[in-house]
Amino acid sequence: MAKHHVSTIINGEPVEFLCEPQQTLLDVLRDELNLTGSKEGCSSGDCGACTVIVDGKIVCSCLMLGAEAEGHNVQTVEGIAQGDKLHPVQQKFLEHAALQCGFCTPGFIVAAKALLDENLNPTEEETRYWLAGNLCRCTGYDKIIRAVLDAAAVMRGENPPSPAAYAQGGGVGAMRT
Amino acid sequence: MPNLNFTAPTTVDEAVRALASASGLAKPLSGGTDLLVQMRSGRIRPELIVDLKRIPELIGIREESDHFVVGAATPGVMIYENEALSRAWPGIVEGLDLIGSEQIQGRASLAGNLCNASPAADSVPALITARAVAVVAGPNGRREAPVEAIVTGPGQTSLGKGEFIVEFRIPKPRPHQSDAYLRFIPRTEMDIAVVGCAVNVTLDNSGVCTDARVSLGAVAPTQLVVDEAAQALIGHRLDDDTLAKLDTAAGRACKPINDKRGTIEYRIKVAGVLARRAAAIAFERAGAR
Repeated sequence: MAKHHVSTIINGEPVEFLCEPQQTLLDVLRDELNLTGSKEGCSSGDCGACTVIVDGKIVCSCLMLGAEAEGHNVQTVEGIAQGDKLHPVQQKFLEHAALQCGFCTPGFIVAAKALLDENLNPTEEETRYWLAGNLCRCTGYDKIIRAVLDAAAVMRGENPPSPAAYAQGGGVGAMRT
Repeated sequence: MPNLNFTAPTTVDEAVRALASASGLAKPLSGGTDLLVQMRSGRIRPELIVDLKRIPELIGIREESDHFVVGAATPGVMIYENEALSRAWPGIVEGLDLIGSEQIQGRASLAGNLCNASPAADSVPALITARAVAVVAGPNGRREAPVEAIVTGPGQTSLGKGEFIVEFRIPKPRPHQSDAYLRFIPRTEMDIAVVGCAVNVTLDNSGVCTDARVSLGAVAPTQLVVDEAAQALIGHRLDDDTLAKLDTAAGRACKPINDKRGTIEYRIKVAGVLARRAAAIAFERAGAR
């Protein structure tokens, strides 16, 4: 049972690692590379807390073996911010308080970032379907959806109303009518 | 999972040799969205995993004169982004698209969904109704099998030791031919079919059905090909009498189980309703071509 030598790009940097055949990409990220932003929730592809971007597409890193990453380009939540500058999705999660315990947050950030890479103008419905593979047991999702739609507006160059305006009846709720 | 080995060959022959020569359980890996879950839970304990995604012909979609060729390990996201296939067979693509989340679609494949052999596999009924053929590689060379001949029971397939699916050959639609797939789940996303139904019809210029295939999922140990339901459509327009006969034939074919997703009576009822609705969509699509 030899270890596998795997060469990848992780968050833009060439990374090589050794892994056991049964280790998932999530195991490798967390236990071998100390990239502990990706979380292990269900280990069965249901919760999305381990979401990473592989070659531009989101996947559950718990459902991919480390050895399968050979030659592929992986982006984790650690690679979303540009240095000290948060990605608009991260900034809007903060402003909207779109998290409580925070365990699901890295998965949501990565999945939402991938959505906005493909579509800068998603509808609320498209956003909810896209994020259906990410479970949050705290927020009830509404603040998360608001944060993602606001981040999209920022990335389109618009200046969305502050989160306080939502409390007065603006934002997503108003869009439903 | 002690003593697990992993190999990622780049040719079909190497993969066949690796799978055939393993002394214990050897599993081909495409997207892994079922396989890794089963390994993690201890339901299966393979000695060898053979990753098929490094074999070029197993990934991608190409068109030949009268059919599409879809590589067995092509991920869902690559399939539903293919405009030609989506236009040709909207039912196949909408069935596949119903599997899991966006994350799952980034990995899950048609061959994996088929060979996992769940009675509720969403991509299978519309492949069956399109008369898709699986090209199977194995120690004795290649053979072709209709998709409905692959699954023999829950978790069981007709593939022998060392065999795996290389690609699917899906005939292109004839004029006025189209399909639809519907599944019923009690929520809007991320669930397993209570019932699934694919209908594929060919119409003549006046809208009369000249050929039909109907397949049901999640109502028997394997997906069903319901000839009686197809016969109810052939020679008819989609009038009330035809729909009633289709409904009855679909319900009669069901051999479901009672489980937390639905009772036997409920599944039989829903099978008829989905057959009616899927037929209406397929007729409309076929008529619009």
